Amino acid sequence: MIARRLRASLRGWGGVGAMAVACATALVLALLLPDSARGDGDTGVGGQGLVRGTQARATRCTDPQNLSPAPSDADGTTIEAIKNRKDRRLIVGVDQNSYHWGYRDPNNPEAGSDLEGFDIDLVHAIAKDILGDENAVQFRAVPTSQRIPAIQSGKVDMVVRTMTITCDRLKQVAFSAPYFKTGQQVLAPAKSGITGYDKTLAKKRICSAKTSTAYDRLTADRKTGRLVSSADIAPPVPNQLDCLVRLQLGEADAVVTDGALAASQAAQDPTVELKGHTFTTEYYGVAMKQGSEDLVRRVNRILADYRKDGWQQSYDKWLAPTLGANAPSENPPVAQYK
Amino acid sequence: MPAVPAQSGPPGPPGGFPLPQAGFGAPQSVPPAPGAPPRRTAWAEGVDRLRTAATTEPGRLRIIGAVLALLVVAFGAVTAWQMTERSAAADNVLHSSQPLSASAADIYRSLADANTAASSGFLAGGQETKASRDRYEGDIRTAAAKLITAANSADPGSPSARTISQLNELLPEYKGLIERARANNRQGYPLGGAYLRYANDKMQHDMLPKAGQLYDRENQRLSADYADAKPYPWAAIALGLVVLGALAWAQRRNYRRTNRVLNQGMAAATAASLVVLLWLTVGHTVARSGLNESYDHGVRSLNMLHAAQIASLKARGNENLTLVSRGAQTKTLADGKTTVDLYDYSFDQDMKTLTKSLSVAAGLADDQAGEKPVQAATANMKVWVQRHKEARRADNDGKYQLALDRVIGSADKKPTGDCFDGVDKNLKLALTHEESEFQRAASNGLGAMTGLPVGAAVLAVLAAAGAVFGIGRRLSEYR
Repeated sequence: MIARRLRASLRGWGGVGAMAVACATALVLALLLPDSARGDGDTGVGGQGLVRGTQARATRCTDPQNLSPAPSDADGTTIEAIKNRKDRRLIVGVDQNSYHWGYRDPNNPEAGSDLEGFDIDLVHAIAKDILGDENAVQFRAVPTSQRIPAIQSGKVDMVVRTMTITCDRLKQVAFSAPYFKTGQQVLAPAKSGITGYDKTLAKKRICSAKTSTAYDRLTADRKTGRLVSSADIAPPVPNQLDCLVRLQLGEADAVVTDGALAASQAAQDPTVELKGHTFTTEYYGVAMKQGSEDLVRRVNRILADYRKDGWQQSYDKWLAPTLGANAPSENPPVAQYK
Repeated sequence: MPAVPAQSGPPGPPGGFPLPQAGFGAPQSVPPAPGAPPRRTAWAEGVDRLRTAATTEPGRLRIIGAVLALLVVAFGAVTAWQMTERSAAADNVLHSSQPLSASAADIYRSLADANTAASSGFLAGGQETKASRDRYEGDIRTAAAKLITAANSADPGSPSARTISQLNELLPEYKGLIERARANNRQGYPLGGAYLRYANDKMQHDMLPKAGQLYDRENQRLSADYADAKPYPWAAIALGLVVLGALAWAQRRNYRRTNRVLNQGMAAATAASLVVLLWLTVGHTVARSGLNESYDHGVRSLNMLHAAQIASLKARGNENLTLVSRGAQTKTLADGKTTVDLYDYSFDQDMKTLTKSLSVAAGLADDQAGEKPVQAATANMKVWVQRHKEARRADNDGKYQLALDRVIGSADKKPTGDCFDGVDKNLKLALTHEESEFQRAASNGLGAMTGLPVGAAVLAVLAAAGAVFGIGRRLSEYR
């Protein structure tokens, strides 16, 4: 009786089982092949090793901020091409709406390039090093969703736009070493009872931006119980700044976004403040096209200098007042290369 | 006035106030009709009397006279009734439903215009011009005033009344958002732009659709009035033909019996009836053609021009917002891959609508005065598209100030604002012209019906009198 039932179910699973076995065999063979190839001959080890290294990295990516190539001053094809341009300027994708990061002061339209902020300062430093003129920059407004396509299509040489280095993005673009450390953080009215990313968020309406890390984190954390289940995750808004609008209008009680952008929101409204600590760790990097290794290495070299001279002044000017004294961002992140 | 009747009943209570019962106590005291032999019904009696009358010539004449008089009066009454109805509907078209539809269009236009003016002023930052500020404030006032007019003409509890009260609630809310946007923008905060986008969103997705519903409903009312005014008054016409036939038959009978060719009374009745019938037919045909003209060359043109005006306002607003939002809001196209700037995309859509509406409006314009402004607006629009491309190129190249100059700058910078103003001005000219075309044609139509109901009634009474008089002359010969 049992045997017959077993046979019947086996008939049903037979095909699937056979396929699984075939797959497993193929996988084992594939895994064994490189080893056997290396074992067979001494020549070509370097080449094989490099390929293998890339494969291994793609499968286990835990610290994406530490995967940028070591700094170098050498000019390669990418840098040559930029220098040989008729319009000898660096084309950089930036944000124009992030207060104190990259934004345009409407009351100061005559001030030259008229964009200003922490990201913009960095762009000027890069342009000065590569082209010898800190104003040899063509700024292009790039929406959040267009950062990667703009790099891939060559519309911009690089994107300096509060862009977090992630494993997924590393598959599409190349990143410099990190230039800023931040994390998701809660922003709420100073006098609200909210103290951070904790149970004080119970029954509060939380605002986040569409397709943002914050929104994904909120929904995931509510499922796992890290966020109180009674927290009301509001429908996401088009842009993180729209959250401050909702907050001021009383349509939301708290905002979750990058600590850096939350600071930029707090700078525009003295009645709100950052609450608690960052509950994730993220690093911003300069994004460039894959394959333009000379440019990436050069930017890493520039960043190494910038951390010593320039970074702190810029931070103190734009971010220190709202990020507070003991923020994880207050020092430049230590660079590690692959 | 004698105060006696109160005393016919039992005496009232002291104080002299007659009790109410006193009045109808009396009829109750009258005994019911005595048990007389069962009476035949009035109908049966009348039929009997008619039957006896029909056997003699005078009796027949009496019947013929009565029937003729009745027919003629009925003809006059039906004519007066049907034409009063049509004339009232035509009057509604001219004096009520079309002005209301125009007023609803004004609400829509001033809301869209306010939104556009707000975004233009915003782009200028702290240096907002008086002109753009005045335009915005003026639009808000117009919208508020027209909403009151619309509320007064809407039936309480109707869908229109609900829409109007919702718009009345949204207007101050919208204005509050714009003021917040302004305040933040003056401080140099990007938050101002976020407020402006939020206000724009409220306008585009909440207020304008509601104003659109209001406009559609008023247009339905207008169509209904047209439908009531235009059909031929078939009942009156048919009755008129019957009257003429009956009069002809009666006169022929008279001629056969007496060899007299002319019975003056009946001839007058025939003439009067003929006049009514002709007046009715010709008058209504003229009115109809006037109304048709007012619809084809007035209402349809007006609708198309309104559509064009709205499209140009929306396009201008989106053009401004492209520069305000600076890529803060994007839209993924139907293919799922291409991502475009939301406002730049909407601008292109609005321009398509504008192009289409303008070409239809040009086709509808039936004279030089109507065509010229539409053609001028089309020419302005073409320059606009050209300059818009240049402005976009400048913005995409990171030359924000140049792009700004190309959109809201002074005349020497060749801004798109000039083209928009041109389109707007020419469309207003065209609207004024078509409005007067409508007024003229619809007034002509209504004028053709003037006096018809009263005239028909008077003439019918005359004709009836004539017929009775004519029969009476014959009848007197038997005495």
